[in-house]
Amino acid sequence: MKLYCLSGHPTLPCNVLKFKSTTIMLDCGLDMTSTLNFLPLPLVQSPRLSKLPGWVLKDGSTFLDKELKECSGHVFVDSVPEFCLPETELLDLSTVDVILISNYHCMMALPYITEYTGFTGTVYATEPTVQIGRLLMEELVNSIERVPKAQSASMWKNKEVQRLLPAPLKDAVEVSMWRKCYTMPEVNAALSKIQLVGYSQKIELFGAVQVTPLSSGYALGSSNWIIQSHYEKVSYVSGSSLLTTHPQPMDQASLKNSDVLILTGLTQIPTANPDGMVGEFCSNLAMTVRNGGNVLVPCYPSGVIYDLLECLYQYIDSAGLSNVPFYFISPVANSSLEFSQIFAEWLCHNKQTKVYLPEPPFPHAELIQTNKLKHYPSIHGDFSNDFKQPCVVFTGHPSLRFGDVVHFMELWGKSSLNTVIFTEPDFSYLDALAPYQPLAMKCVYCPIDTRLNFIQVSKLLKEVQPLHVVCPEQYTQPPPTQSHRTDLMIDCQPPPMSYRRAEVLTLPYKRRYEKIEIMPELADSLVPLEIKPGISLATVSAVLHTKDNKHVLQLPPKPPQPPASKKRKRVSEDVPECKPLKPLLSGSIPVEQFVQTLEKHGFSDVKVEDTAKGHIVLLQEAETLIQIEEDSTHIICDNDEPLRVKLRDLVLKFLQKF
Amino acid sequence: MPEIKVTPLGAGQDVGRSCILVSIAGKNVMLDCGMHMGYNDDRRFPDFSYITQNGRLTDFLDCVIISHFHLDHCGALPYFSEMVGYDGPIYMTHPTKAICPILLEDYRKITVDKKGETNFFTSQMIKDCMKKVVAVHLHQTVQVDEELEIKAYYAGHVLGAAMFQIKVGCESVVYTGDYNMTPDRHLGAAWIDKCRPDLLITESTYATTIRDSKRCRERDFLKKVHETVERGGKVLIPVFALGRAQELCILLETFWERMNLKAPIYFSTGLTEKANHYYKLFITWTNQKIRKTFVQRNMFEFKHIKAFDRAFADNPGPMVVFATPGMLHAGQSLQIFRKWAGNEKNMVIMPGYCVQGTVGHKILSGQRKLEMEGRQILEVKMQVEYMSFSAHADAKGIMQLIRQAEPRNVLLVHGEAKKMEFLKQKIEQEFHVSCYMPANGETTTIFTNPSIPVDISLGLLKRETAIGLLPDVKKPKLMHGTLIMKDNSFRLVSPEQALKELGLAEHQLRFTCRVHIQDPRKEHETVLRVYNHLKGVLKDYSVQHLPDGSITVESILIQATAHSEDQGTKVLLVSWTYQDEELGSYLTSLLKKGLPQ
Repeated sequence: MKLYCLSGHPTLPCNVLKFKSTTIMLDCGLDMTSTLNFLPLPLVQSPRLSKLPGWVLKDGSTFLDKELKECSGHVFVDSVPEFCLPETELLDLSTVDVILISNYHCMMALPYITEYTGFTGTVYATEPTVQIGRLLMEELVNSIERVPKAQSASMWKNKEVQRLLPAPLKDAVEVSMWRKCYTMPEVNAALSKIQLVGYSQKIELFGAVQVTPLSSGYALGSSNWIIQSHYEKVSYVSGSSLLTTHPQPMDQASLKNSDVLILTGLTQIPTANPDGMVGEFCSNLAMTVRNGGNVLVPCYPSGVIYDLLECLYQYIDSAGLSNVPFYFISPVANSSLEFSQIFAEWLCHNKQTKVYLPEPPFPHAELIQTNKLKHYPSIHGDFSNDFKQPCVVFTGHPSLRFGDVVHFMELWGKSSLNTVIFTEPDFSYLDALAPYQPLAMKCVYCPIDTRLNFIQVSKLLKEVQPLHVVCPEQYTQPPPTQSHRTDLMIDCQPPPMSYRRAEVLTLPYKRRYEKIEIMPELADSLVPLEIKPGISLATVSAVLHTKDNKHVLQLPPKPPQPPASKKRKRVSEDVPECKPLKPLLSGSIPVEQFVQTLEKHGFSDVKVEDTAKGHIVLLQEAETLIQIEEDSTHIICDNDEPLRVKLRDLVLKFLQKF
Repeated sequence: MPEIKVTPLGAGQDVGRSCILVSIAGKNVMLDCGMHMGYNDDRRFPDFSYITQNGRLTDFLDCVIISHFHLDHCGALPYFSEMVGYDGPIYMTHPTKAICPILLEDYRKITVDKKGETNFFTSQMIKDCMKKVVAVHLHQTVQVDEELEIKAYYAGHVLGAAMFQIKVGCESVVYTGDYNMTPDRHLGAAWIDKCRPDLLITESTYATTIRDSKRCRERDFLKKVHETVERGGKVLIPVFALGRAQELCILLETFWERMNLKAPIYFSTGLTEKANHYYKLFITWTNQKIRKTFVQRNMFEFKHIKAFDRAFADNPGPMVVFATPGMLHAGQSLQIFRKWAGNEKNMVIMPGYCVQGTVGHKILSGQRKLEMEGRQILEVKMQVEYMSFSAHADAKGIMQLIRQAEPRNVLLVHGEAKKMEFLKQKIEQEFHVSCYMPANGETTTIFTNPSIPVDISLGLLKRETAIGLLPDVKKPKLMHGTLIMKDNSFRLVSPEQALKELGLAEHQLRFTCRVHIQDPRKEHETVLRVYNHLKGVLKDYSVQHLPDGSITVESILIQATAHSEDQGTKVLLVSWTYQDEELGSYLTSLLKKGLPQ
């Protein structure tokens, strides 16, 4: 059992597990933090961005000033933003049999894998994961394609050149692997390879391995996966949450008795309490609006935004915000809001109960009905007519590098009345803001990450008791900025095995048994013998058939009867064809009883002699000698086959067969 | 021999009151718990005293499964769980769980409030009953207990309808409930994988019907409605609130839109709005097309179809009314029918199956004078049309499902005996499997022959598969092992390992045979002749001549000595262990015949 680690990002994992004869990719995360090194893509010509000075090397050479721009002491690549792909060289990805997706954030690299590596397998994911994952991809493609950029910078990626650049560009890893965004046809092709699955559905892979998605409690349709054979169980835990938000609660019990538990996707902000952050979010939002300012919330089009809207639904009346318009701007805003209402089966109990009434599970339906929440595909079109300030705008992308959010940053950045509130934890907010500096707008950081924290992890591990834990190396040491917080790491016994990008781990496991089926006809023919109280044995001679990794034992075929006309009449003259194995023997022969038995069978001249190790039984007339010892019997006779066979069978009566 | 027992308490050679008991590997499962629309007495519910006379049902049943929300499949559930008493788990899909209590409440109201029956289940009982329901996802494997697992498959038919696989070890039963093998305007087609159950229990409502294409039926329906409306007549379409109603609404809505018709369409119960809402929220259970386009246009928001008021029935002029219930056995559809029946301009279209005893069944079988309550005679002059829109599989569909699932046995329920008989023959002919059709209360026993799963030591298996990899695959290779049975666990290991595990020593049994050969030559020459002889005969064996003058054939040892008295006779000592019995025995008989000259 081997684990190939293709991604270094602990919350956007991409691992490949080789288990028995299958090759299983676990998630397909796309590291988008690479985009922070690029200049934002403005929707309308931005004089500020276009006037940024080109970057000049210390020695004054300017050959990079077309590709790199400087803004408030930071250097940015002036090009179409690019993403850091999972490793594609560590193993031949065309050999991957299946890809298991745990949640919609962890499938963003899917088109790169399915469309460029010769992948011919199947992708498994739940329906909400696929639908919302599609929306995320659509939004991503749309926000990059709608602002075509002529320039594509590549000179800075040259190793010799990169060495000369300032941090963080200098330290950016695998820049040669960075790729531009995929296109919608590629997205559609990738998604067409997905097969929908439901929680607790058992899916057989080639008869060798069974995989099962379990609710992970983090997002709509998010799942952990059990990968097991009859004797080994690997749990893949990725992006799980024990908080009660909108998704179905996490299924912990099914993770028990794992031989190996692969743990990824823990909270990225272990020190922040999500409930507290939501409170801060609401109060900051209210304060800004009351002071006549606008609030910008950079966000993904699905996920936490549902919870934020629900909080605001309960909060706005009491906070006197009923007249403040909420705008949700995304090419997929409408779809996301609609889709959220139709996944009743994937929701927490409270929301399910509402559907039974039947009422929409999320209150944003009411916000839309009462015109408090309006959604638009983009800032162009209807929005520009309806737009009223002060207001609250939810829009993407949280990296602030593309999407409608860029426009609002440029529009509102100069006024200190306005506030940008960061709720998504995927990007460092300071890095995200860097190309907009200097900024007068207030910035509030309320990261809401509902994924497991380290206290919850240690409780979970105590509960489910895996034999071995495997996790990204980041989880085995305190965060670099808080090196004294030894509580912010995984603590378990035996200590977890850690991995890093481009590493191959050999997972510890011992397999001793395999399942095999005994056909009923064969089972009927078996003769069990009780050897010890409660333990019975039966010798099995059977034909083994193996097909699709399933083993079956069948009755051996009856030896073909030689046709009567055949010249050689005696069967024994034929050289024995396949050697029917004789069982092993065990036990010992009690001499007195043996002699009695011989006499009963007509041997009248039996004589017994004692020897050092046992006895010799003599049959004088037949000139036959039987040496009997504790663990052996030796019959020495003339070539008298009937006699020998008779003696053999008498001896066998006293012995057990194995 | 292991067996599966099936006893229908309802739906055995009948439609209505579906309730089937299944015993499989010591587990008892009840499939559906329906009411019969043709009866108003005790016969409307299954006879649960069959299960146990005095014990608690909970002790006898491991679980109850409800296939879909139609009352002939779930109508007796509150009576069963709250009045007879059952506290175990009841499984159904999410949409069924959502819609079932509403239909039950509707049923209760008609029975208690309108007909004035007492001793019926109460609203509270419906609520308490629903608390025992566990909702299941499609394809989710639900572990009822350690051994018993169930799995739901999509069945089409109505929103949330499911087929269920019941599995214990390697024995399994599939119960189809009601299903539809062709997608319609709002639902998809039933689907099951090749799960090869020991028994498939399938509905057979349309056992002998092969329906023409859906398009023709739809065109026919629209034509009839259109013609009636054109000549100023009124059209009554009795339906159940959820299911066909939505499909026909979609059909009429698009037709009205296209033809720009003005005649009003009404839907009779307050349920409409609510019913359509269920469709909107459970849109993932509808067909591909509706699911794909629901963001742009939700098919369950109707422009032309409005809520019906009782007073509208007397309005002059044409109209189309959808009214419940679907078999004209009670309620609003029956009321409207009585008002309109006398006018030959009007038309009633029965879009689904009608159970015997209902007004619907009577008029469909040609009766035109109906005896109503109070000995009143109602003369039916309006046109009566029947159109099979009910989403049951027809004969072709049933055969198709059998082909998909590949069961070892088939059992027919939910159909009429005569038609079943015909289908049974067809199934037995085409698939060569046994087909059963028990009547209510009759038990069918099916013997299964499951193979036995055991744990084989990897060492033994690898040894065997390694041999199996040799190019010679024609000869079946025998595998030899010892099965250790201990505390219900079965392990197959090599004999050596079995001996070791049990702490036993091997007992070696050896034979040495003296074979006399006439050969005057020197001993070593005799040996050489024997060697050449054996080498020539035993081509597939390893025959060796050792330096010490002995010969080995595989592990059998042959030594030659001169006879003590007769120098012309040589004695060959052939020695082998019991494990080489066949070869040893063969060698002695071969040598006994002497050497070729």
